[in-house]
Amino acid sequence: MLPDTLLRTGRIWNVEQSFLLGHLIPFRVTTAIEIRSLSRVFSGRKETLALDDINLTVEEGELFGLLGPNGAGKTTLIKILSTLLLPSNGTAHVLGHDVYSDANSIRKRINMVSGGEISGYGLLTIRENLWMFTQFYGVPRVVAKKRIDNLLDIFGLQDKADAKLRTVSTGQRQKMNIIRGFATDPELIFLDEPTLGLDVSTSIDIRNYLREWISECSSRTMMLTTHYMKEAEELCDRVAIIDRGRIVAIDTPAGLKRRVGRGSSFLIEATPFNPESIQSIPGVRAFVARPSEDHMHLRMILDDESVIADIISEIVSSGAQVTSLNKNEPTLEDAFMHLVGRGLV
Amino acid sequence: MAIKDHLRTLKISAWLGWQIESNWARPSLFLLYSFIRPIAATLILVIMYLIVKQNVASEPALFSYMYLGATFYMFVSSVVFGITYVIHTDREHYQTLRNIYISPISLYVYLIGRAAGKVALATLAVIISLIFGIVVLGLPFNLLMVDWILFVPTMALGMACLISLGLALAGISLLTAKHSTSINEGVGGLVYLLCGAVFPITVLPAWGQAIGLTIPITYWLELIRRSLYPGEGIELLGGLQDFTDGTIMIFLLISTLIFTMLSLTMFHYADRIARKKGKLDMITTY
Ligand SMILES: Nc1ncnc2c1ncn2[C@@H]1O[C@H](COP(=O)(O)OP(=O)(O)OP(=O)(O)O)[C@@H](O)[C@H]1O
Ligand SMILES: [Mg+2]
Repeated sequence: MLPDTLLRTGRIWNVEQSFLLGHLIPFRVTTAIEIRSLSRVFSGRKETLALDDINLTVEEGELFGLLGPNGAGKTTLIKILSTLLLPSNGTAHVLGHDVYSDANSIRKRINMVSGGEISGYGLLTIRENLWMFTQFYGVPRVVAKKRIDNLLDIFGLQDKADAKLRTVSTGQRQKMNIIRGFATDPELIFLDEPTLGLDVSTSIDIRNYLREWISECSSRTMMLTTHYMKEAEELCDRVAIIDRGRIVAIDTPAGLKRRVGRGSSFLIEATPFNPESIQSIPGVRAFVARPSEDHMHLRMILDDESVIADIISEIVSSGAQVTSLNKNEPTLEDAFMHLVGRGLV
Repeated sequence: MAIKDHLRTLKISAWLGWQIESNWARPSLFLLYSFIRPIAATLILVIMYLIVKQNVASEPALFSYMYLGATFYMFVSSVVFGITYVIHTDREHYQTLRNIYISPISLYVYLIGRAAGKVALATLAVIISLIFGIVVLGLPFNLLMVDWILFVPTMALGMACLISLGLALAGISLLTAKHSTSINEGVGGLVYLLCGAVFPITVLPAWGQAIGLTIPITYWLELIRRSLYPGEGIELLGGLQDFTDGTIMIFLLISTLIFTMLSLTMFHYADRIARKKGKLDMITTY
């Protein structure tokens, strides 16, 4: 065994790992992100343990998702990995470099964009804002110009390229920021809720682009957070489910869904009623109630199919009517409910 | 990081700074603002002069002393406090600080570049104020009499000194909320009094004079006056008449070096603490 300190420095870790793996598989796997016992405390009037003993390895080439409810610690983790924030305890290596002591080596090779990010200089044009950031990363002028043009085309911003940023819509600003992330051609990009607040068709375009970006080059890695189950399911090779600062599970979307078990995921639609009493029925592992105008949608994970009878009688006894009942293949949302014990939204 | 990278950072951030300083909604507004502001400032000064003149035996060079001091003090307010303002606006208004921070450039060098825009604008304001002083207020000024050999290095050292002061304060601003700009203004007002910008420091109590003599701006303003008005007796007013130009230049050089070192150290630690405390994308208003 190598001493711990040696193992923790990315270079030796990679050498060691590729040496070991080299005998097992024909291609070299390198680690993009390596997190060991990472914690982050925010002190204030009340202390918050935003991240609690996180361990995580993301390989180069992965599209890795972080899924978790509000306040789970996703953004905090992204901030630490993108060198904006320091961890309170533990270590994190990004592309082989320690976030604490070697941030500069990381910064050249990564970028980060937050969803809903409207940052930028309003009195510069979209093109000027983007150009400025490529220059901070030392992208050669000709390359930068071409790349920006190409991205503006892809994101449908070409006609706004020379408009002052303060004159464009919030969504367009947000798109500009996504372009800012990719315009520096990072090896590893962090996207914090990239499609937050964007319209459906724009979100689809962005998801398509993300897929394309990662498949274009095998050494590219992406870590994204999202609240949209569909997004995580569609895009991610692997997903870590985070709740209250802890990683509850790490697996492929399919693997996570398998954990739920077949035949335990149900959807019930009923006329409006107070769903609180459902929780206390024995055999209900987790449920989410989404009231709409004249209906109540219940999504639940049950220990056993027989529990459904108790639920229906509970609904009926509260004076409501069941309008439909569906048993379905587990989705990522079910997996989330199963693992966390409650819904995401 | 290579020098080449720093130069590129300087260039691009100076460009950004100039865009922000000069790119007002309408150019006419920008021009109006650049003219009106320095002239308004000098008019306040004229009133102060008239009040002082009633109390102090009228010195022929006193008006020049006050006028030049107040005019060149515009560099202090726009450069020193302008740099801290960059931190606040980039962080809270434009919300770009986090993106700049995680980019591979040095934030320190970036701020120097942004300061260049401030220096350029302040230079414009100072020139306008000088012209106004000469044409309207009869400020005695003769370009042929200017001691350029003294003036040029004084300006260069002065700017270096002001920028490092600004960077030291910017380090503190990384850690504080937006509201600390009022602290800056307080500090600015105090420095204005202590460095002899309008009143010779000899009018201050002994402790005030002692503080004034530790502020490099005091020496800078003195050298500016001496170089612009060689041999007009202006050097008798500032309380530094015992020191030769060369000695004061050495004081200025040493204090600039000290402040540069101090600002680098402060900035380094402030950066660490800000990253530890999560201050780099802190939004307090907006
Ligand atoms: N600067 C800060 N100061 C104090 N507490 C903070 C700070 N930033 C985050 N927190 C706290 O840390 C916890 C994790 O926050 P974080 O933003 O990482 O959550 P998240 O998973 O991104 O949530 P969301 O889905 O709402 O974006 C929360 O309880 C939050 O209140
Ligand atoms: Mg978040």
